[in-house]
Amino acid sequence: MEGNIADMGQLIGAGLAAIGSGVAAIGVGNVAGNYLAGALRNPSAAASQTATLFIGIAFAEALGIFAFLVSLLLMFAV
Amino acid sequence: MEEEAAQAAEGGLSFEPLEVFNLRPLFGHGEVHWYTITNATLWMAIAVLAIFALFVIGTARRSVVPSRSQSIAELIHDFTYKMVEDVAGHEGVKYFPYILTLFLFILFVNVLGLIPTSFAPTSHVAVTAVMALAVFITVTVIGFVKNGAAFLGLFWVKESPLILRPIIAVIEVISYFVRPVSHSIRLAGNVMAGHAVMQVFAAFAAIALIAPLSILAIAAIYGLEVLVAAIQAYVFTILTCVYLKDALHPGH
Repeated sequence: MEGNIADMGQLIGAGLAAIGSGVAAIGVGNVAGNYLAGALRNPSAAASQTATLFIGIAFAEALGIFAFLVSLLLMFAV
Repeated sequence: MEEEAAQAAEGGLSFEPLEVFNLRPLFGHGEVHWYTITNATLWMAIAVLAIFALFVIGTARRSVVPSRSQSIAELIHDFTYKMVEDVAGHEGVKYFPYILTLFLFILFVNVLGLIPTSFAPTSHVAVTAVMALAVFITVTVIGFVKNGAAFLGLFWVKESPLILRPIIAVIEVISYFVRPVSHSIRLAGNVMAGHAVMQVFAAFAAIALIAPLSILAIAAIYGLEVLVAAIQAYVFTILTCVYLKDALHPGH
C-alpha cells in the first residue's frame, strides 16, 4: 500500500466530506420528526402540510447532497 | 489510483460506481460532441415517447369510465394541477402546462433510469442544470413582467427592522442566485447517489461470503430508489411552484 501524500489527503478529505451526509440526515430527521409530532397533535391539519414537509426535507437534504458531491469531486475529479 | 485499476483488472474487487454514468455514443466510438446521439439522448427520447403514449394515445378515446391508461394520466394531471393551485395560487395555474411538462419529464426519466442496464439522464448535472436555469430565467422574467420594480421587494424584506434590512437583502440576493444551483444539484445528486450506492452494493455481491446480504440490500435500496425517483420529481416541481409563487407575489 504505497502512494503519495496528495492521494491520502484527497481520500481523507472525501471521508470528512461524507460527515456532511450524516449531518444532513439529522436535519431531515428533525424536519420529519417535527412534522410527525405536529401531525399527531392535529391530524386534521396534517394533509395540508405535506407539501411543506417535502420542501423542508428537500432543503435539508440538498446540503447532504452537496457534501456527497464534494466527496465525489475529491475522489474522482481532483 | 492507477494501481487500483490494475488490481481491479486482475479480478480483485472492483469499485467503479461512477462507470454507469459515462456517456457513450450510440453509433460508433467517436468523441462525444454536443450533437452526438448518446445513451442519454436515447433514454430522454424514450421518456418523451412514453409520456406521449400515456397522454396522447391513452386519452385519445376519452370515456366517462376511464381506461387504465386514461385514469393514470388523469391521476397525474390532477395531482400536479392541485399542487400548482395549492402552492402557487390561482394565478399560477396559467403556468400549469410548463410545470406538468417538467414533472412528467423528470418522473419518467427517473423511473426509466431505474431499469437495469438503462441510463438515467437526470444523473447528469448538465441535464438538470438546463431545466433549473430555464425555471430560474422564466420565474425571474415573470416576476419582473408581472410586478415591475416591485419584484425587488422580494429582497427588501419589509417585516424586518430597518437596520437589519441591508444585511438580509444581501443574504436574500445570494439565496436567490443559489436557487438554480441547488435546484439542479439536488435532483442530479439524488439520482446519482442512489445509482452509485446500488453499484457499490453490486460490487460487494462479488464476494461470496456477503453476497446474499448484498443482494438483499440491493433489493431494499431499489425499492427506496423507486420512491426517491418519484419524490425528487415532486420536489423539483414543487420548488418550481414555490419560486413561481415568489415571482407572482414578491411581498412575502
